[in-house]
Amino acid sequence: MDYGEKPAAMDGGEFDGERAAEMEAEMREIFRSGKTRSLEWRAAQLKGLVRMIEEKEADIMAALDADLAKPPFESYLHEVSLVKSSCTFALKELKHWMKPEKVPASITTFPSTAEIVSEPLGVVLIISAWNYPFLLSLSPVIGAIAAGNAVVLKPSEVAPATSSLFARILPDYIDNSCIRVVEGSIPETTALLEQKWDKIFYTGNGKVGRIVMAAAAKHLTPVTLELGGKSPVVVDSNINVKVAAKRIAVGKWGCNNGQACIAPDYIITTKSFAPILVDSLKRTLEKFYGKDASESKDLSRIVNANHFKRLTSLLDDEKVSGKIVHGGQRDEKRLYIAPTLLLDVPHDSLIMKEEIFGPLLPIITVDKVEDSFDLINSKTKPLAAYLFTKDKKLEEKFVNTVSAGGMLINDIALHLANHYLPFGGVGESGFGSYHGKFSFDAFSHKKAVLSRGFFGEARARYPPYTPRKQKLVRQLLNGSIIAMFFALLGWPRSG
Amino acid sequence: MELEGVLAELRGSFESGRTRSLSWRQSQLRALSDILHKEEEGIFRVLKADLGKHQAEAYLHEVGSSIKSLNHAIKNVKRWMAPTKAVVPMVAFPTSAEVLPEPLGVVLIFSCWNFPIGLSLEPLIGAISAGNAVVLKPSELAPASSNFLANNISKYLDNKAIKVIEGGPDVGEQLLEHKWDKIFFTGNPRVGRIVMTAAAKHLTPVVLELGGKCPAIFDSLSSSRDRKMAVERVVGGKWGPCSGQTCIAIDYLLVEEKFAPILVDLLKETIRRFFVRPDYISRIINRQNFERLSNLLKDPSVAASIVHGGSLDSEKLSIEPTILIDPPLDAEIMTEEIFGPLLPIITLKKIEESIEFIRARPKPLVIYGFTNDEKLKRRIIAETSSGAVVFNDAIIQYLLETIPFGGVGQSGFGQYHGKFSFDIFSHGKAVAGRTFLIEFSFRYPPWNERKLQLMRSIYHFDYIGFLLCFLGFK
Repeated sequence: MDYGEKPAAMDGGEFDGERAAEMEAEMREIFRSGKTRSLEWRAAQLKGLVRMIEEKEADIMAALDADLAKPPFESYLHEVSLVKSSCTFALKELKHWMKPEKVPASITTFPSTAEIVSEPLGVVLIISAWNYPFLLSLSPVIGAIAAGNAVVLKPSEVAPATSSLFARILPDYIDNSCIRVVEGSIPETTALLEQKWDKIFYTGNGKVGRIVMAAAAKHLTPVTLELGGKSPVVVDSNINVKVAAKRIAVGKWGCNNGQACIAPDYIITTKSFAPILVDSLKRTLEKFYGKDASESKDLSRIVNANHFKRLTSLLDDEKVSGKIVHGGQRDEKRLYIAPTLLLDVPHDSLIMKEEIFGPLLPIITVDKVEDSFDLINSKTKPLAAYLFTKDKKLEEKFVNTVSAGGMLINDIALHLANHYLPFGGVGESGFGSYHGKFSFDAFSHKKAVLSRGFFGEARARYPPYTPRKQKLVRQLLNGSIIAMFFALLGWPRSG
Repeated sequence: MELEGVLAELRGSFESGRTRSLSWRQSQLRALSDILHKEEEGIFRVLKADLGKHQAEAYLHEVGSSIKSLNHAIKNVKRWMAPTKAVVPMVAFPTSAEVLPEPLGVVLIFSCWNFPIGLSLEPLIGAISAGNAVVLKPSELAPASSNFLANNISKYLDNKAIKVIEGGPDVGEQLLEHKWDKIFFTGNPRVGRIVMTAAAKHLTPVVLELGGKCPAIFDSLSSSRDRKMAVERVVGGKWGPCSGQTCIAIDYLLVEEKFAPILVDLLKETIRRFFVRPDYISRIINRQNFERLSNLLKDPSVAASIVHGGSLDSEKLSIEPTILIDPPLDAEIMTEEIFGPLLPIITLKKIEESIEFIRARPKPLVIYGFTNDEKLKRRIIAETSSGAVVFNDAIIQYLLETIPFGGVGQSGFGQYHGKFSFDIFSHGKAVAGRTFLIEFSFRYPPWNERKLQLMRSIYHFDYIGFLLCFLGFK
């Protein structure tokens, strides 16, 4: 198959507004029929995904290789196995998640029973990204299915092999009347965004995030935006620098070659410690990727020519190019840029203003390590923030001062593998979260159900309004048990 | 002080960290409580001026309910602020994991005119509990209440961190041009769209508390005592709160046709018993809404369906509690949210048809069911969708802090009350930590099949396999 072809709509012909409306209407009918709501249906879909991963692992790895030259180690660890474990986790917990949650009622509403019932939102749209095209498509889809929704998945066209893989093999493993793939680029996405969905889940950048939210606003559709930002790594001096350097390096170049939303974007360390850290990073890079990293099989390539140009122009900025202390080599034909370290680039350079999303790692130095917190807070809130330290006080200050989607101390990226932690941004890095039960919740409506009987009546709340009644209402709202007791007796009957 | 300066001051206050301490939050909540206790007369006065609201109604729906929410928040805010520990499965390696709530920053609250004090304070309580700096923009359609809030909040609260900005749509537009960390909007869908579209420019998350046509399914109750009580609750749930100008008011009733005459008689009798004085019922907020409601009745086929009430006083802006039976379903009174004292009753052959009737229409903020039939109750919960479902009462769900309050679909998104208010104005930051001590060298490049096998074993919790591989046996 020629993965370089422009992806066409699933069954030929243009996927325009009319076809998008047809699809949405069809899926709405199917959702209304109740097909997606049973535990059996949801579990069957999730089991289908697990089977798909088990049977088609080679195809999946091949697609990721075609799209990103992603090393098999990464493809397995960061995409295939994470999706599989999300499915098995959801399968294990699904019954429990679906159960209504009983909550205490209060004296004011006594007698009553109350519970919170989770229900699917309906027909949801998931727009995925190119850098982890398998994971970032299926991870939200798992949440949407677990919550009982019908789903439209729009994979990124920048990862065309994975996109067409979904279109080809998903229908063999899941109910493709309720879970559909729409391939395409801007025209198809625009057509989809014109329709009324019950939720839109978008992973990508802030510019398109704004477009998605504005489109959703027309229909009052709630959205989750998983965006990015400049994820900083603060490195203290009193640490095990060898271990830290390895963890930073694998978190940067070992995660799609820096093209990851939670990859370390830049490092902040003290002036005195910087030479030690740089030295350790250089050694680590050589150990990982050899003297000439372009020969290493363990680095993803830059995804396409656009991003290659973008990244090289960050380096070629005359204020920046002189600050390279390691790497900087590139090969346009192979879309290769060497793991590159830069020291003290100017704060107003583009490489320090925009999310890098590539194998370039600026190191900014400060006098005292605490100064790094102000620097981070002067920028927009990132998706992740990291700190390497043994100093508990510094750790506490970091956690309480810096705002980010999530934080990890003394390692990189691993927090996203914990199903029990919400994964999402804040500020420019987005809003809404998912993973584990948070995925289920992101695609559910939590419906409050309050049940009363005709046992007792607080007539005090009705007109004719008398001073005695008003007094009783005051006491009832104050949680007075005696007042409640009188109210149940139907007192005062009048006056 | 012009807007840019005001916002800069708020941002400075937030960044100074002042709003984050437990003592600040509790002091502001207590100050709000002080306003409600000490300025109660003033509140009754402005609600009377803006809406002709009787003080009993004002206390029940605005003052007392807010005091209750404040007591709950003051008591619980310390617990809400604390991080929640998360489970740490072995494969995720971090040695500690928790979710730490943090304030979003500077938030904007748009309140509504029908409960101008209550609907301002309820979200404000959440925003303050969560440690944010706040701008509150009350509705200009309730000017006395707006003014009251502006004066008293600046008098009692930290007015470098919590500000009231008064004004009309032009002020609202100006506010929306700026970047906020959250916008909380209570109002109608049309303006909700404008708010969300403006928020999109800055990626500002929003909560939209909208409305809809909240139906009440009225089943044929066999016991006459139950029936009487149910009808009182319907009457109390329609005309009690602000003469039907309430997002969770019963908009229309669904009833079996053979039961309708009994119901109408009970409604008439209860209305007569309750509203013995004209000041027991609020007036219509303004001329515009009065005209809107009058026009709903002008349609001849709608007017013909009136079985009680229908009289309008354009001077006093009051409309009598009005009951209609089976107005045409395509008339505006049955397609638009009524938000007033008109109660259509739609008759059905069988009460179960009400479910399909409701499903065919946009999702409302609440569906009410007056019934003792457990099967019908289960069907209502399972087969309809709404912000909430309430059985055998109305409006009272507003008072229970343990259940979330908010809409779905056209009735909005985002929920509040109780801890949900705290959560909606917070960011739950995941914080995980590792030690330098435990190191798995097979994570690192250069990668090979053996290292991959080790990782696979770990991921499958296959510790035996891991051990064998580690020792070189696989």
